[in-house]
Amino acid sequence: MSDITVVLPSVLQPLAGGQSYLTTPADGAVTVESLLDAVTGDYPVLARRLRDETGSLRRYVNIYVNGEEVRRLKGLDTEVAAGQEVLIIQSVAGG
Amino acid sequence: MGFMATAESYVLAIGTKKGLWLARSADRKEWSLSGPHFLMSEIPSIGIDTRGDNPRIMVGVRSEHWGPTVVHSDDLGATWTEPEQGAIKFPEDTDAALERIWQIYPDSASRPGVVWAGCEPISVWKSTDGGEHFELNRGLWDHPHRSEWGAGYGGAAAHSIVINPSGENVHVAMSTGGVYRSLDGGSSWEARNKGISAYFMPDPNPEFGQCVHKIAADAAVEGRLYAQNHHGVYRTDDNGENWVSIAEGLPADFGFVMLTHPRREGTAWVVPIKADGERIPPDGRLAMHRTDDAGNTWKRLDVGLPDHEYNAVLRDAAAVDSAEPAGVYFGTRGGSVYASADEGESFIEVASHLPDVLCVRAAVVSRDLAAELATASAASGLPA
Repeated sequence: MSDITVVLPSVLQPLAGGQSYLTTPADGAVTVESLLDAVTGDYPVLARRLRDETGSLRRYVNIYVNGEEVRRLKGLDTEVAAGQEVLIIQSVAGG
Repeated sequence: MGFMATAESYVLAIGTKKGLWLARSADRKEWSLSGPHFLMSEIPSIGIDTRGDNPRIMVGVRSEHWGPTVVHSDDLGATWTEPEQGAIKFPEDTDAALERIWQIYPDSASRPGVVWAGCEPISVWKSTDGGEHFELNRGLWDHPHRSEWGAGYGGAAAHSIVINPSGENVHVAMSTGGVYRSLDGGSSWEARNKGISAYFMPDPNPEFGQCVHKIAADAAVEGRLYAQNHHGVYRTDDNGENWVSIAEGLPADFGFVMLTHPRREGTAWVVPIKADGERIPPDGRLAMHRTDDAGNTWKRLDVGLPDHEYNAVLRDAAAVDSAEPAGVYFGTRGGSVYASADEGESFIEVASHLPDVLCVRAAVVSRDLAAELATASAASGLPA
């Protein structure tokens, strides 16, 4: 079993008790959806910043697995292998 | 509550496209500004609840990245609290997600703790715990007209909520859908738009579908409401059964704002905009207009306003306070905010060069309390 690490952008770190990353143990591949459920379970405000109440990823929140944004893969069904690192980065938007 | 100016201070909350500013004044002449709070998040809605011992400022915040949320402050903006589970959250069976909080409306003093919210997608919500948790109004959500409601340019939202003293009559206005009325405190709803034009539809007099921009209730005459429509200014004297035009005497019948006096019968303010296709003050000359006779006549109010102004004033970017005489406030999409301590007879500029002003709300608080909470000048970010 090895941890999956989710790296948070600095703007969201106060919502995770100041942590720059969150980890969850995994003994195999898990989906991004279940990964987010696991790491944000103790941080409901953080969870709402990433996904709306239907469970959809917010439009300008990007999640990268192996350097690929999950919308180009299988979305929240994208699988993450044990030991991998996942990046959450806000997209370039606004004006 | 008294009206002695020496015992009071005034709070003006200014919601913009890129954050919240708070202004304070002891006399409504000199204002000090603090902010931004929630920098880079838009603030489309603010409610200031003065019914309790402490005023509570509730703010609808929306980040382009991180979504919408409701926060509140019980210390005039020094600190902010966000309910852990979220104040407004669509129930799972609706398969809907909150997009934007357009309205936060504290109910009357006789119903302490009750706060209403109007949101996008078109929905009305009610809180009984001072705005910390809201319940979806199912009567309106399940209304058979829902599939035919449209979206105005700014989005599809319930933006106005008006409640009569008994709490039985609730009027909601939505863009686009028009005015809906409940006679049972919000359980069931009927469209009430007779007389309001929907010139942009094949049938200009439909049962619903009007683009009402703002409604407000007369302070003293029960059943009398005023509406600023997408072209058209109206009044009803029979609780929404019939609406009649009161646009004569105004330089334009387009606009977004509709304010009513906190106590006096027949007094309302609008900010005319030239037209749907030309969203600037008529002739580039910004003015409020006030009626003191329920819309039969209007008085132009522009003392202290700039000679030229080409920005519009949005529907919630205007407010009155509860003082005597009433204070009137508004902000432009050009980031200027104006205040009047004499019901609009003269204005001073409170702020300029802010981002687009989306919402302003003003309240009277005791000066002792304001001093006690004077640490609010520290700017803050979205709460952790």
